[in-house]
Amino acid sequence: MSAPHPETWLQTRPEGLYCLPGDFYVDPHRPVGRAVVTHGHADHARPNNEAVLATPETLAIMRARYREQAGGTLQPLRYGERERIGEVEVSFAPAGHVLGSAQAVLEWRGSRVVISGDYKRRRDPTCPAFEPVPCDVFVTEATFGLPVFTHPDDGEEIRKLLTSRALFPERTHVVGVYALGKAQRVICRLREEGYDRPLYIHGALQALCDLYRELGVALGELRPATATSKQEMMGEIVLAPPSAIADRWARRLSDPVVVLASGWMRVRQRAKQRGVELPLVMSDHADWPELTRTLEDVGAPEVWVTHGSEEALVHWANGQGFRARALSLIGRGEEEQEVA
Amino acid sequence: MKDFAALLDALIFTPSRNGKLRHMQAYFATAEDPHRGWGLAGLTGGLDFKSAKPALVRALVEERVDPALFRWSYDFVGDLAETVALIWPAQPGANRPPSLDEVVTRLRLAGKSEVPGLLAGWLDALDATGRWALLKLITGGLRVGVSARLAKTALAEFGKVDVAEIEEIWHGLEPPYGPLFDWLEGRGDRPEPNESVAFRPMMLANPLEDRDFESLDFAAYRAEWKWDGIRVQLVARNGERRLYSRTGDDIGRAFPEIIEAMDFEAVLDGELLVVRDGLVAPFNDLQQRLGRKTVSAKLLESNPAHVRLYDMLFEGGDDVRPLPLDQRRQRLESWYGAGRPRFDLSDVLPVAGREALAALRAEARTAGIEGLMLKRADSAYVAGRPKGPWYKWKRDPLTLDVVLMYAQRGHGKRSSFYSDYTFGAWRDSEGGDELVPVGKAYFGFTDEELKQLDKWVRDNTVDRFGPVRAVAPGLVLEVAFDAVHPSTRHKSGLAMRFPRVKRIRWDKPADEADRVETLAALVETA
Repeated sequence: MSAPHPETWLQTRPEGLYCLPGDFYVDPHRPVGRAVVTHGHADHARPNNEAVLATPETLAIMRARYREQAGGTLQPLRYGERERIGEVEVSFAPAGHVLGSAQAVLEWRGSRVVISGDYKRRRDPTCPAFEPVPCDVFVTEATFGLPVFTHPDDGEEIRKLLTSRALFPERTHVVGVYALGKAQRVICRLREEGYDRPLYIHGALQALCDLYRELGVALGELRPATATSKQEMMGEIVLAPPSAIADRWARRLSDPVVVLASGWMRVRQRAKQRGVELPLVMSDHADWPELTRTLEDVGAPEVWVTHGSEEALVHWANGQGFRARALSLIGRGEEEQEVA
Repeated sequence: MKDFAALLDALIFTPSRNGKLRHMQAYFATAEDPHRGWGLAGLTGGLDFKSAKPALVRALVEERVDPALFRWSYDFVGDLAETVALIWPAQPGANRPPSLDEVVTRLRLAGKSEVPGLLAGWLDALDATGRWALLKLITGGLRVGVSARLAKTALAEFGKVDVAEIEEIWHGLEPPYGPLFDWLEGRGDRPEPNESVAFRPMMLANPLEDRDFESLDFAAYRAEWKWDGIRVQLVARNGERRLYSRTGDDIGRAFPEIIEAMDFEAVLDGELLVVRDGLVAPFNDLQQRLGRKTVSAKLLESNPAHVRLYDMLFEGGDDVRPLPLDQRRQRLESWYGAGRPRFDLSDVLPVAGREALAALRAEARTAGIEGLMLKRADSAYVAGRPKGPWYKWKRDPLTLDVVLMYAQRGHGKRSSFYSDYTFGAWRDSEGGDELVPVGKAYFGFTDEELKQLDKWVRDNTVDRFGPVRAVAPGLVLEVAFDAVHPSTRHKSGLAMRFPRVKRIRWDKPADEADRVETLAALVETA
């Protein structure tokens, strides 16, 4: 008897991607009975599910964000461990996206599907690297699914920030970063490039920075950006959510240089529209070469493409001999669109 | 190429003048010869490659990229050079990236058939920012918000000299400007100015303040109308002809009829105007002629250019700048003789005392006149804006009470503020009075007032469109402007010249603001 095709046991429903023989959803968009969650970003990890299976780090992030609404039963599962839900074997493999991020590996009757969630392939000091898992169907994101997206080396981008700081020593550099993942990665990379002054952070970043530290990620000295005078902020680097960097909050800073760390900064017009003076092309999502390389590394004969520029990646994959199609999931990419 | 690419990339995102200057100075200080000289030439518009056109670039990329992927990408990015720069497939193990010197010198020597191969090889070797900069450079028009003047200002600050000194010698220099950098870095003498077509820094006037008016010795001054055009310098020497703007930018290409008429040997100062049948047209008519690389026959016919002469700097090889104004004027008049096509002389007005002059200024309501100029009869022509010899005495601006309709976020320091204001006046419509936009202003208020305006906008927003907010009609602004003229580009059919916020009328109800008819009545006829 041949293994059942994954199309027969995975369905897209309004709540999200549903696994029939396990009776659970992966990254459901609305509260459900049982959820497998790939990582802590709010477009993947929603509050108020009755039961959640995720990595211990992702569960800690959900608790920090949602507190008592994080979910009913929170069950941790480490990378590489296996857990049976209904008839389905579930395990997690690192996705390299943010701390705790995982690919969900689902096996049923000899057929294996990998739902990669969001991922990237380059080094990130705050989380373990993506591991390709052989499978029958690989579900991939396509946030940067156009060949114009080739993220540069992040060391070059971080050094741009340090060069700009040297050129404008009297100004404050205010860096827009997503609170989960990007903030801590930018901090770590600054430290690795030798920047050892205190970094100032917006209040919205505090809880997750504290959590990263508890989970063993060293961030150096962080200070709240709120209780300081313009004078003290001269020459300093401040990290804040993208919504704050060019708005009233930033007026407290000394003639700020508006910086934004995001893969979208690759397109100059996008950066200009947002009033960004120093765009840093840094993303926690795979760029086009990483996406295409990943399909080759994983080697799954069939690829389902979600959120992003699906059509281009589907077109490419079909041309390369994969069977590829778009998988439309509701509500995905909304949070990320801002600052992927 | 890498540092030049990084410079262009930084300039395009840097809104403030000071920030741009800082970036350019850092480039001049760190880039090496001869590359920085070519970079300077690129910034000042001194590089022109005829053989690399956008169509060639597109053809090259289409050979390398799946057409469907290219089309989706181009749709997403919206700019051809940028799409190509980003999508160009990396070639691992490609040659080392070219230097700027290599790009410039090889392109200059290359025959047309060699260009595609050169370009493709460079695009293979450069990174995305380098490719973007290369494409910007060779397809013409960097458009990074830097004028030739600003680049020279950065160079002057880098070399710690006055920008006027650079202007004096600029037109005798050739890229990549080795002797210029030698001088600026103390390794060589100042290059000799090329006397023939150099721009001479202009003499500028200070505004006449009330306290100056009280103490001014009117008998010692000559008066002229202040014409509302573009101040220009005409240089015709040894068969070469140049038309410079006030900042030393060469604008001759946009005004070929003026260049053609310059069949003399002199350096003159005047006002560039559009004149029809002897009458000065509104500034808007001149505006349509500015900033063009070429000008159509139709526009030459409909908006003919003319120069009204104020002053003479050189007659032949004779530097008359040290002479007193009255003597320069005599030289100018005798040189002008019975007349020259496309030129006339600015009249010298009688100064019959303080009150008569004030009356003259108050009368100055004809189109094309901004007010009066007062120049000391004994003043030498000196560069810059010395206090005392020359004054400009603009007529009082027109004002109108208008209603704030839309506010847009500013740039740079003002990016967190709604600082650009579109305002309207009332007019009749079928459903009663309606507001129609009549102009836009983004200065004239203090920082403190900006905070209050920003707060008012946020508190009274009724709709949002990207960076723009529509507000409820509730705030009256008193705007000042120099003139108003008919315009087909505005819904009201009117356009203001130089509008600015004069006062915020927190006290005035919106329905008591002015009407469009009031504004229309202020349109001046020649």
